[in-house]
Amino acid sequence: MADKIATREAYGAALAEFGADHDFIVMDADLAAATKTGVFKKAFPERFIDCGIAEGNMMSAAAGIASTGKTVFASTFAMFAAGRAFDAVRNSIGYPHLNVKIGATHAGISVGEDGATHQCNEDIALMRTIPGMTVINPADATEARACVKWAMENEGPVYMRFGRLAVPVLFDQDSYKFEVGKGIVLKDGKDVAIFATGLMVAEAIEAAESLKAESIDAAVINIHTIKPIDRELITEYAKKCGCIVTAEEHSVIGGLGGAVSEVVSETCPVPVLKVGVMDTFGKSGPAPKLLELFHLKAPDIAAMAKKAVALKK
Amino acid sequence: MDAMENKRLQATAAKVRLGAVEAVYSAKSGHPGGSLSIADILTYLYFKEMNIDPKNPKWEDRDRFVLSKGHTSPAYYSTLAHRGFFDVELLKTFRKPDSILQGHPDMKHIPGVDMTTGSLGLGLSAACGMALSGKLYNKDYRVYAAVGDGESQEGQIWEAAMFAAHYKLDNLCVVIDSNGLQIDGPVTEVMSPLPFDKKFEAFNWNVICIDGHNFDEIEAAYKAARACKGKPTAIIAKTVKGKGVSFMENNVGWHGAAPNDEQYKTAVEDLTAILKKAEV
Repeated sequence: MADKIATREAYGAALAEFGADHDFIVMDADLAAATKTGVFKKAFPERFIDCGIAEGNMMSAAAGIASTGKTVFASTFAMFAAGRAFDAVRNSIGYPHLNVKIGATHAGISVGEDGATHQCNEDIALMRTIPGMTVINPADATEARACVKWAMENEGPVYMRFGRLAVPVLFDQDSYKFEVGKGIVLKDGKDVAIFATGLMVAEAIEAAESLKAESIDAAVINIHTIKPIDRELITEYAKKCGCIVTAEEHSVIGGLGGAVSEVVSETCPVPVLKVGVMDTFGKSGPAPKLLELFHLKAPDIAAMAKKAVALKK
Repeated sequence: MDAMENKRLQATAAKVRLGAVEAVYSAKSGHPGGSLSIADILTYLYFKEMNIDPKNPKWEDRDRFVLSKGHTSPAYYSTLAHRGFFDVELLKTFRKPDSILQGHPDMKHIPGVDMTTGSLGLGLSAACGMALSGKLYNKDYRVYAAVGDGESQEGQIWEAAMFAAHYKLDNLCVVIDSNGLQIDGPVTEVMSPLPFDKKFEAFNWNVICIDGHNFDEIEAAYKAARACKGKPTAIIAKTVKGKGVSFMENNVGWHGAAPNDEQYKTAVEDLTAILKKAEV
């Protein structure tokens, strides 16, 4: 558990691992060294297509390849995959429901020193509004590998969100089971349900531990699939705990917090407090420092949990 | 081609135009101008050039076509219908909620449509992907695309142009339907994309300039494209927006408007006269 691996590293490694037995194409937009598709490129150069710095063309060309019956992984930073290329992703991939798997790395504030222009805190919101798009935000390297495998083996467009920062490996590869659209209860609890995604899962686990000292029994649920969201599990924990905290390295608008709120507002209205990037742009700095500055750490989740519990009274 | 075949293609193109105008008239909306300018090229592609099977529209080894200028779907749908992909009667259902013939081409529901298009600038990239896949998997199929001259103002067209030349996609041939008009006026006044020939040459394409309403020139261009190795081909086709309908020709107002009853009657008379002349 002491190991730290960036989910982008796991993505590149998984492509190279599965590429040996599976026929898929990998595309990148001059970022193979950063997205880690370069690992695949080295192993299978004949199935790697560099598109240069032209993300819109990459996404529509990926759709064209997919239309001939091939599976394509198309990679760039989240900012360019979901942001710049939104039209191509929506209209060339999403609307015809083609078999393109978007591997978007460098998502969120933990990009670090590159700063606001490269810190995409809007991609989950953008991608989950596209009908038929599956949106997955893995918490660690094990989950990242599993989601790549799932994407490879299933039809339809998938948006996978990976990070630049090395994060703790939470799950054991041999025992971990990935089920798309199913949340994973990591710790049961009755006072507050913390739904976390991506690198915030590790923070949520730590927050729940600290809350024990204050006699708050918090549940921690890992939501790796933002779309389709696990309505049943969210509703079950809304009923059981009576209040919710969401935790994500993404804008508080339209991401996991939005998705959870949409569910409980229909099935079991309870307070939903959101830990995430407030309605603001990021900054340059070391990623760990930024996570503190933007209040994305375990103590921030714990504080929000206490507020949520207080709202129940 | 011989004179008989030329006449036969002219007659088919007149039927394609009649179907396109009927679709727009039935829907009371749509894009007749650019449909009429691309009709001869669509006719040549689907009735002469492309290796396709209307009974097996998803045939793996078929030639592909991408209508990047997806708003001219009336001519595309009419071409597919007359080629036997679906019943020509369906053209009357164009742009209606229950119809497979949505406003812009939808590959999931329309037999013969190889790529979903509509948002301008995306289709040529998709055609590049199809052509590259053919190269990677040693397929002999060819890929065709049609781009509007106004559409070429979209930056992604030039991303795709770079990509196609870089990967030497000589199995790809795009036609620029250069009818000179877009919604706000002449392309040279709105935002000139000219000259096309020098641009595509600079992007390392094989370039051929033709009259897009002359079947002999159209045939010569597509034959030359087949013969060209190591480069994609761009056919710059000079066309007339609204071609074949007297009051629509070179009239920017007919980019995206439907004819009323009287105008429809005139349009059918114009096109029927052309059809009869070709059938003599």
